[in-house]
Amino acid sequence: MKTTCCHIFCSSIGKKYLMALSGMVLLGFVLVHMLGNLQVFLGQEAINAYADKLQSSPAVLWGFRFFLLAATLIHVLTAISLVRENRAARPDANGDEKFVQATIGSRTMGLTGSLIFAFIVFHVLHYTVRVTHPEYQQIAHYTLGKSHKEVHDVYTMVIMGFQEKWISAIYIVCMALLCLHLTHGVSSLFQTLGIRNTTWKTNLDRLAIVYGWVIFIGFVSVPIAVLMGAVPPTG
Amino acid sequence: MNLKLKIWRQDETSGAGRFKDYEIRDVSPDSSFLEMLDLLNEKLVEAGESPVAFDSDCREGVCGMCSLTINGVPHGGHRGTTTCQLHMRSFNDGDTITIEPFRANAFPVLRDLVVDRGGFDEIIQAGGFITCRTGSSQDANEVPIPKPVADDAFDFAACIGCGACVAACKNASAMLFTGAKVAHLNTLPQGKAEKDRRTLAMVAKMDDAGFGNCRNYGECSAACPKEIPLDVIAKMNRDYAVASVKGIIGK
Amino acid sequence: MNLDARTPDGPIAEKWSRHKFTNKLVNPANRRKYHVIMVGTGLAGGSAAATLAEQGYNVTAFCYQDSPRRAHSIAAQGGINAAKNYQNDGDSVHRLFYDTVKGGDFRSREANVHRLSEVSANIIDQCVAQGVPFAREYGGLLANRSFGGAQVSRTFYARGATGQQLLLGAYSALSRQIGLGAVKMYNRHEMLDLVLVDGHAKGVVTRNLVTGEVKSWAADAVILATGGYSNVFYLSTNATGCNSIATMRAYKKGAGFANPCYTQIHPTCIPQSGDHQSKLTLMSESLRNDGRVWVPTDVADCEKPSHQIPEEARDYFLERKYPSFGNLAPRDIASRAAKEACDEGRGVGPGKRGVYLDFADAIQRLGASAIKERYGNLFDIYQRITGDSAYEKPMRIYPAPHYTMGGLWVDYNLQSTIPGLFVIGEANFSDHGANRLGASALMQGLADGYFVLPNTLPNYLAGEKPGSIDTGMEAFRQVEADVNAFTNKLLSINGNRTARSLHLELGRLMWEKCGMARNKAGLEEALQKIPEIREEFENNLKVVGTDKELNQELERAGRLSEFLNLAELMCHDALERDESCGGHFREEHQTDDGEAVRNDERFAHAAVWEYKGLGEKPVRHVEELGFKDVKLAIRSYK
Repeated sequence: MKTTCCHIFCSSIGKKYLMALSGMVLLGFVLVHMLGNLQVFLGQEAINAYADKLQSSPAVLWGFRFFLLAATLIHVLTAISLVRENRAARPDANGDEKFVQATIGSRTMGLTGSLIFAFIVFHVLHYTVRVTHPEYQQIAHYTLGKSHKEVHDVYTMVIMGFQEKWISAIYIVCMALLCLHLTHGVSSLFQTLGIRNTTWKTNLDRLAIVYGWVIFIGFVSVPIAVLMGAVPPTG
Repeated sequence: MNLKLKIWRQDETSGAGRFKDYEIRDVSPDSSFLEMLDLLNEKLVEAGESPVAFDSDCREGVCGMCSLTINGVPHGGHRGTTTCQLHMRSFNDGDTITIEPFRANAFPVLRDLVVDRGGFDEIIQAGGFITCRTGSSQDANEVPIPKPVADDAFDFAACIGCGACVAACKNASAMLFTGAKVAHLNTLPQGKAEKDRRTLAMVAKMDDAGFGNCRNYGECSAACPKEIPLDVIAKMNRDYAVASVKGIIGK
Repeated sequence: MNLDARTPDGPIAEKWSRHKFTNKLVNPANRRKYHVIMVGTGLAGGSAAATLAEQGYNVTAFCYQDSPRRAHSIAAQGGINAAKNYQNDGDSVHRLFYDTVKGGDFRSREANVHRLSEVSANIIDQCVAQGVPFAREYGGLLANRSFGGAQVSRTFYARGATGQQLLLGAYSALSRQIGLGAVKMYNRHEMLDLVLVDGHAKGVVTRNLVTGEVKSWAADAVILATGGYSNVFYLSTNATGCNSIATMRAYKKGAGFANPCYTQIHPTCIPQSGDHQSKLTLMSESLRNDGRVWVPTDVADCEKPSHQIPEEARDYFLERKYPSFGNLAPRDIASRAAKEACDEGRGVGPGKRGVYLDFADAIQRLGASAIKERYGNLFDIYQRITGDSAYEKPMRIYPAPHYTMGGLWVDYNLQSTIPGLFVIGEANFSDHGANRLGASALMQGLADGYFVLPNTLPNYLAGEKPGSIDTGMEAFRQVEADVNAFTNKLLSINGNRTARSLHLELGRLMWEKCGMARNKAGLEEALQKIPEIREEFENNLKVVGTDKELNQELERAGRLSEFLNLAELMCHDALERDESCGGHFREEHQTDDGEAVRNDERFAHAAVWEYKGLGEKPVRHVEELGFKDVKLAIRSYK
């Protein structure tokens, strides 16, 4: 039977493949991002150098950004399309609607996903474009110890940001949502890609939970540390 | 035992349905759920009222004709049990039981609790077979099939096509049903020759028939009276990917 | 009535191949001009429809269920026989033939049975090729087991769901043809009458069970594959929808009905628990391979829990009476032995209508896991229905009506006495004689459907001008009018009795008077009472709703109307067959120790009944059965 890419990615399974593959990109990114963040604990020099390194090649940076943007859009738009189809497939609810098996994580994928998407938008505006807090633009540049290069002081910006309690609260809540999203997503993507069976399901389910928690703890450790004053304001 | 029943009544597909309350007395705990409904219908007919239409045939859990979502769960939520095998001893005296049809856009209600599951037949017609003309087969022992493979194939083939998986799925997805047949036939050596074609055709028909998408909840497998594992969906996903890629890059 | 069986000449082993050669054929290019109607799409109908469509004929098929996959063939558990001799234990086509004739108590047509045995091996090949997941050994080859009444292991099985897997195989082949457009499938359609044109079967009238639409369908031949009529007993192992409308309407149109009194009572069913019950559930007879049947020797022990009854106080009555077959004695014998034990007051469980089937020895010998592997699903079914675990205490079983060997009479071509009307599977009077052996129903259904009918139907079609019939003909309008008139009659009675309550009454009467054991007085009594029930049906029936909608009460009433007629026919047949044979046990004809006594001089024939009008006594004709290749002998399983 002749198939085309359109054929595949318009089918129900094809769309799920798009979800799984784009999800895989995003969860990989999330891990790298988290590891990057944790460099706050290595001090001002380390994280500012790391941030500068990321910015050093605009071509790679923008390539990467577009790649992530595409993955995000595919993930979101496919999800919207799937949800629309699903609603059409099951227009009437049961008089007595029950779940027997589904985990809370799996049942709230739409909700957590939507909130996480909103958070991403906010996060980009907050720390990347810095339009929510124009004062971040005023932070004095930092001079790297080795190269004496003048760079953006990410370290100070992060601390300034998280010292605002409501910002930290948003970050922590949203990371909890992300954790919940991942506890279903990570295991589910193996199922969707057809590389899971009953024997492995339990292990993969555990892996997903561990992964979700690692991401959660990794991310929230920064605002919590800042709030607790464990990260000194300037190096 | 005495029970209160909340039953979905609907005259025809295009009509509006609603729940109607009934009371039923002196139900034997040894009777099956459908026998309890038989009793209700006898009383309704005697009173000149329209009896509740519901599907059933073999009443021993294998034909797949009976359906019913009972208290929100297809077949009533006892593992590995169809509605016809559900016995009233599973309920308590005085319980209120909600009974409604299997709900899915692809399963239009024909009357009351009777739905049209023709979409399942169409999926099988698209590819749920091994093409072998009567009389042209080789000796049955010509190709040895390892016992574990045969056992797996049997587990997948145990599906009775009742539609509980669709009704249990909040997206009315038919992945478990389709996956079971794909996995059964694709697992066996006899089925390999048309594996790709079968998988693509059945999935295309499944989408066409208006079933929803899988969200990996696992509700379908939990509701399945034959306990078909989620593995069949993973296998179908895998076989679909392989078949699609082969279709694009050529043989 | 012309009862020429058209059995081909020649030695028995060559008859079928000679017949296939002498049969007329239809040229492949001409086949698409022919239309055939298939009523019923179970194992026989589904396989035949698929095969005929593969050959190039146009098939229009009907079933009352919502899908062909639901036909009651699906409930057969134990297995399917085939003379493959994979076990190297002395099996052969001739032995299967011999066993079947003997098992049928010498009341079947030799040539048909031999053909059945011949094609049995092809069935297994076909089913394996279709992907039927038969049980296999570790080496990857097919496993076999021995099954009720056979001394060789020739039964192929798929756990406890062989019927399901075989039906799904036939259904898949049928589905393929539906997908290709070669078969037009109409689900939720019930055939209500047969249409004859110039004495030939040329169409049917159906009712769409969803919309109520009554419609005519024309074809060049009509095939009935509508199963058996055990539901005449109300409680049986049949699906609740199984009915005899199609065969009885054909009978009324002139098809001979053969041996209606041959009904098989299955020994291993779950006993009835109360009046609410709508059906009896069969437990595969394969359970008797490892289970031992017993009752307490002493009536006083019957109330005690089974584990309190010591070994020496148990009567393993099958092993005692039939030492060489033991618990595997054929169905009729095992059933009657159980009934006898219960009649003596030694039954166990509610109403003392049950005997034990005990797995304690097998569990000790093989381990619980081996038993679970073999019978796990059956034990689960048992537990769901009774609430008891058969791993811990013995099952209770009791016989129940199961299979009907009687049916429309057919010749060697499977054609009824109406030209152009073919009958296959359980619906015909079949190859099982007076008793069917375990695992032979699936074999016969598939033999008829895959291999016999597709080779005999063309012989008829070749003599017919294709497409000469259309539903505009007067014959169709007349039958449609009759059908509508009958439905309106049912709806207009507006009495006080539901169809179910009348069916229950009929069923009880039949079970008592024309069930496992029959006698003259009882049958005469039944023949008096059935018209009384019919009278009640005709004057006091209550059907609510209309005929223009999904109306299950109307369906039930229509089906009951024919069960009433059939019940009477069965009693006539049972009364006239003044001998005991197979599933027909006349109490007047038994040995001192309760064995059936046949009367070969008077009754070595098939009794074929001709309809003479409602309320008139039908006329009995006979087809003499010659036994040349199997010597008539007393069927002994001692």
